[in-house]
Amino acid sequence: MKTTFLLNGETVRVDTDPTRTLLDWLRDERGLTGTKEGCNEGDCGACTVMVTDGDGAKALNACILFMPQLHGKAVRTVEGVSGPDGTLHPVQTAMVENHGSQCGFCTPGFVVSMAVGHANGQTDHDNMLAGNLCRCTGYAPIIRAAKAAENAAVPVWVKDKAPTVEAAPFAPETSDDLAAWYLAHPDGTLVAGATDVGLWVTKQFRELGDVAFLNRCTDLRGITQSGDTIRIGAMTTMTDVLAAMRDAHPSYAEMIRRYGSQQVRNAATIGGNIANGSPIGDNPPALIALGATLHLRCGDQRREMAIEDFFIDYGKQDRQRGEFVEAVTLPASAPTLRCYKISKRFDQDISAICGCFNLTVTKGIVTDACIAFGGMAGTPKRAAAVEAALVGNAWTIENAQAAMAKMGEDFTPLSDMRASADYRLTTAANLLQRYFHDLSGQDTSVLEVSA
Amino acid sequence: MSVAKSLPHDTAHLHVTGQARYVDDIPTPSGTLHLAFGTSEVACGTITAMDLAAVRAADGVVAVLTADDLPFDNDVSPSAHDEPLLSDGTVHYIGQPLFLVIATSHLAARHAAKRANVTIDAVTPILTIEAALAANTRFEDGPRVYRKGDIDAALASAPNRLQGRFEMGGQEHFYLEGQAALALPQEGGDMLVHSSTQHPTEIQHKVAEAIGVPMHGVRVEIRRMGGGFGGKESQGNALAVGCAVAARLTGKPCKMRYDRDDDMMITGKRHDFRIDYDVGYDDGGRLTGVDFTHYTRCGWAMDLSLPVADRAMLHADNAYLLPAARITSHRLKTNTQSATAYRGFGGPQGMLGIERVMDHVAQVLGKDPVAVRRINYYDPMVVSADASGASHSRKENAGTGKPFGASFSPKAGKHENTTPYHMEVTDFILHEMTDTLLESADYDARRKAVTDWNGANTVLKKGLAFSPVKFGISFTLTHLNQAGALVHVYQDGSIHLNHGGTEMGQGLFQKVAQVAASRFGVDMSAIKITATDTAKVPNTSATAASSGTDLNGMAVQAACDTICDRIAGFLAEAHGVAVDDVVFADGQVQAGEVSMTFAEAAQLAYVNRVSLSATGFYKTPDLAWDRIAGKGRPFFYFAYGASLSEVVIDTLTGENRILRTDILHDAGTSLNPALDIGQIEGGYVQGAGWLTTEELVWDDSGRLRTHAPSTYKIPACSDRPDVFNVALWDGANPAKTIYRSKAVGEPPFMLGISAFLALSDAVAACGPAYGDLHAPATAQEVLAAIGRTRG
Repeated sequence: MKTTFLLNGETVRVDTDPTRTLLDWLRDERGLTGTKEGCNEGDCGACTVMVTDGDGAKALNACILFMPQLHGKAVRTVEGVSGPDGTLHPVQTAMVENHGSQCGFCTPGFVVSMAVGHANGQTDHDNMLAGNLCRCTGYAPIIRAAKAAENAAVPVWVKDKAPTVEAAPFAPETSDDLAAWYLAHPDGTLVAGATDVGLWVTKQFRELGDVAFLNRCTDLRGITQSGDTIRIGAMTTMTDVLAAMRDAHPSYAEMIRRYGSQQVRNAATIGGNIANGSPIGDNPPALIALGATLHLRCGDQRREMAIEDFFIDYGKQDRQRGEFVEAVTLPASAPTLRCYKISKRFDQDISAICGCFNLTVTKGIVTDACIAFGGMAGTPKRAAAVEAALVGNAWTIENAQAAMAKMGEDFTPLSDMRASADYRLTTAANLLQRYFHDLSGQDTSVLEVSA
Repeated sequence: MSVAKSLPHDTAHLHVTGQARYVDDIPTPSGTLHLAFGTSEVACGTITAMDLAAVRAADGVVAVLTADDLPFDNDVSPSAHDEPLLSDGTVHYIGQPLFLVIATSHLAARHAAKRANVTIDAVTPILTIEAALAANTRFEDGPRVYRKGDIDAALASAPNRLQGRFEMGGQEHFYLEGQAALALPQEGGDMLVHSSTQHPTEIQHKVAEAIGVPMHGVRVEIRRMGGGFGGKESQGNALAVGCAVAARLTGKPCKMRYDRDDDMMITGKRHDFRIDYDVGYDDGGRLTGVDFTHYTRCGWAMDLSLPVADRAMLHADNAYLLPAARITSHRLKTNTQSATAYRGFGGPQGMLGIERVMDHVAQVLGKDPVAVRRINYYDPMVVSADASGASHSRKENAGTGKPFGASFSPKAGKHENTTPYHMEVTDFILHEMTDTLLESADYDARRKAVTDWNGANTVLKKGLAFSPVKFGISFTLTHLNQAGALVHVYQDGSIHLNHGGTEMGQGLFQKVAQVAASRFGVDMSAIKITATDTAKVPNTSATAASSGTDLNGMAVQAACDTICDRIAGFLAEAHGVAVDDVVFADGQVQAGEVSMTFAEAAQLAYVNRVSLSATGFYKTPDLAWDRIAGKGRPFFYFAYGASLSEVVIDTLTGENRILRTDILHDAGTSLNPALDIGQIEGGYVQGAGWLTTEELVWDDSGRLRTHAPSTYKIPACSDRPDVFNVALWDGANPAKTIYRSKAVGEPPFMLGISAFLALSDAVAACGPAYGDLHAPATAQEVLAAIGRTRG
């Protein structure tokens, strides 16, 4: 596939296999070995590159970034973070002065993430760097470096402007084009952000067949509000969803803050997370709890459904051949929505349990309940028995505890490397208790405690 | 003087610009081939058929090798010759290399390796401690036992007694740079190998055996690793040997790097341990005796398990004088990855055992655990006047390392102050360090604040805990305590520095360069640090056991001083002054009234035919160790540290987090405080990771289920403590080490134990019973412990 993009300021035109990763291409074809392979699955950040398009500069993992996704973008690697004359970027100087590198292997990835954050004026360094693993330093000197560079001017050379390019046959520019392509290639693979499809290629060696890249499909992107409903286009990145949810649904936003990493959220889309139907995707439980509606399209045919109905069974969704997720709509307000993500590590970890709660309490009585979990079954699933035990009764800790006992009727979770079945069931039940304390204003999050 | 300065890492500039070159970054000649292993999907059995036709037919495949195709020795073991490069027909764990694919690209090799059709007659694997004990599969004929005093009598007569069983998990190294090697065939059958290894000499040795040449036919070079942590002490052998064999066969350069999942499935990890304990103690918490039984799963091959298990025994006392002790160690053979070296080398596991005992005793007695620890401390070091200062003159500190024992022994008439392996502890400084840390960290007030906070909060609970570290410095295999160096001064005064140590991020090269610059009295810019190379310095020990700076710093000092002595001798004669009056400082050489730049002195020496190249050698003095008897002096000295951690837990989910950590660590007279603090901060976080989020999970078939960062969770940025105060203890090493510094690679790792103990303290706030927290303290484990404490 023919792709045109800027690489460290110079125009590059290449013709590659659709699943050639930027990382392999940089290292093997261009000899740009500053970008490192640490895990080859988007979990360590050693391959982080800066990618600029009309929305500005973003950090992305080059190991799960396919070359055609770069069409019309500007890429800057660690080699291009310092100036053409070798002048160090302020974050590079700060890393040296603050002893931010030891073995140095993760360092280029950190430097690029820091340079992106610096360019965007970002100062929440822990979030910015959650996708960059370092095994040597314990991170403290890296954060000192990031802070030290905060107020330095952004060097002119990192300010890229994405090139204007012709439309490419592999990348539909509109959802109409996509609908037509998918009708014609119903067994093809749609690549949204490639944060999951990337691993099909790098780890599972799957052949993708015909591939369409959706990132240029601009009318599938964006968030609009009309009345009391928010509509999120399927190709909206989780970074953009996070920004929009901060005001609308802050608890959902806090969960998204821990979803993947900045690099992953910059690529991952809400539509992709829904469409692949993973039982451990974090959006579906939140969207189910919100009573969201899913919008599907096949050719010119459109239909919609309650999002919980989309997930039929493990690996099976209510999606026909040639049909794709177009958007999801959700209420603009749900003040009692709470989303709880339980994982071994707080940042950038797949949930063992993701529990989302949305109760309506009128005059002390629970009048409506929508409680959904990820990680507890083969699909994202509602806790129907728990809900039934709550509705119609007073919202008290005793009644909440009584309802917790029903969790075993709703779920028979599995034991795996993330958690045991017992832990999942006990903790899912305990999350209802947390929800009670949370709504009554008690401190329930270890993330909000300081020494 | 360049020593004692906080200079940045020598290649920090190359790190941040992406120019620092690792093995996989070395430009390769065209035609270079790439390798991948095909691995076993069965944990234990015999291969009955191996159909590799589809592998050979795959795109880009040049050749496929099995054990039958290997020309010479089929072994990559660093110890017992029990680790075939490619299966000899039996399989011993899921992930074991069976065959080797040689292909035109890394991807082609990986893809092809998955196409084999291997039939294995499987038998039930031995995966657990119980299974290994039942089958009596172990390394060595039986358990090793170290004894001090009469433990049975001590326990029988103890005022109080308790028993426990404690499980702790292993740990994946997760060096960011995976294992990698590149072999370039040379004329006459010689081989040049670039290997990401902590032990170039071992690579040279194994490659030579595998390609049938003497060691002189193999040259191994390594400029830097992207992290090692012990995981590149022996685990790189397979890649280097595979590349060399393939390069010999094809005549082409051959390169191999593990994909991360392969790396985690194939290579060894930290040993997991079960420790049973039976303890006697008085009402004040003073231990009268401890009977420890260590069980460790060593995996399928011996690798370095014996010295790892020994070192666990050697740290079963940590900082505490045990009147009577017995330590029994079972080294069990299981059908899992062969557990290997990992920062601390068994020390952390042994140390965690006694810290667990202190925690248990203190909680049962209802006493402050700090007080219980302190009354069990070894006696403090007694400093005599003549030994306090470190001398830095050429003559005095020239690597002789005279014994220090006499000056530092406890005063006559006091009770013995010996470890369970009968070594006198003469340099114990934790009394003072503990006082200083607890005061700077405001322990008493915070202890009360945590108690108050816990009274006011029902869902969340805080914990606060202190732990000390006393870590023995030296290889316990005594002959490894040697090092060599090669130093050249060129006629323009620039200096080429080489030694046997390897750089994995710890800053060894910079610290040793600071030594060299100080000896010559020149600026750091005069020193060129060069890649470790078996052709420059032979017969090196692994860069391991925290010994890198101690050993190589001394060897470099010796080489530098040899050259300085030659220049001084020549100048003394030329200018009629005494040799001792020739001084190298501030870039100048001063000979009486005459002063010249170092470059001028080098030029003058050259034209007067003075040799400006020298080797240096060092061996650690005074070591005597019998590992079978468990008696002697295995360590030259001890390094100390103290830490205090505060945590919070969620009693509904077990989620937990470190809030604040204060550390005071002993690096002797630090050669480079910034680099040493970097080791301490990083070591603490890595140690805390081992004991919290890092969980290795094998399923019932023996398959490791946590083989990528998606499932194996090392600490991320926000997991470091919000408040993280790290300070160096200000005191010279009484032992005659390089500039009286102390080793700092491994000891700080064990400061992370305080985070685990703080979690135990928080669990204790949830109920009356002992929570019996096991490691790693994942959210799941913390929740289980809360359940136990509530009974």
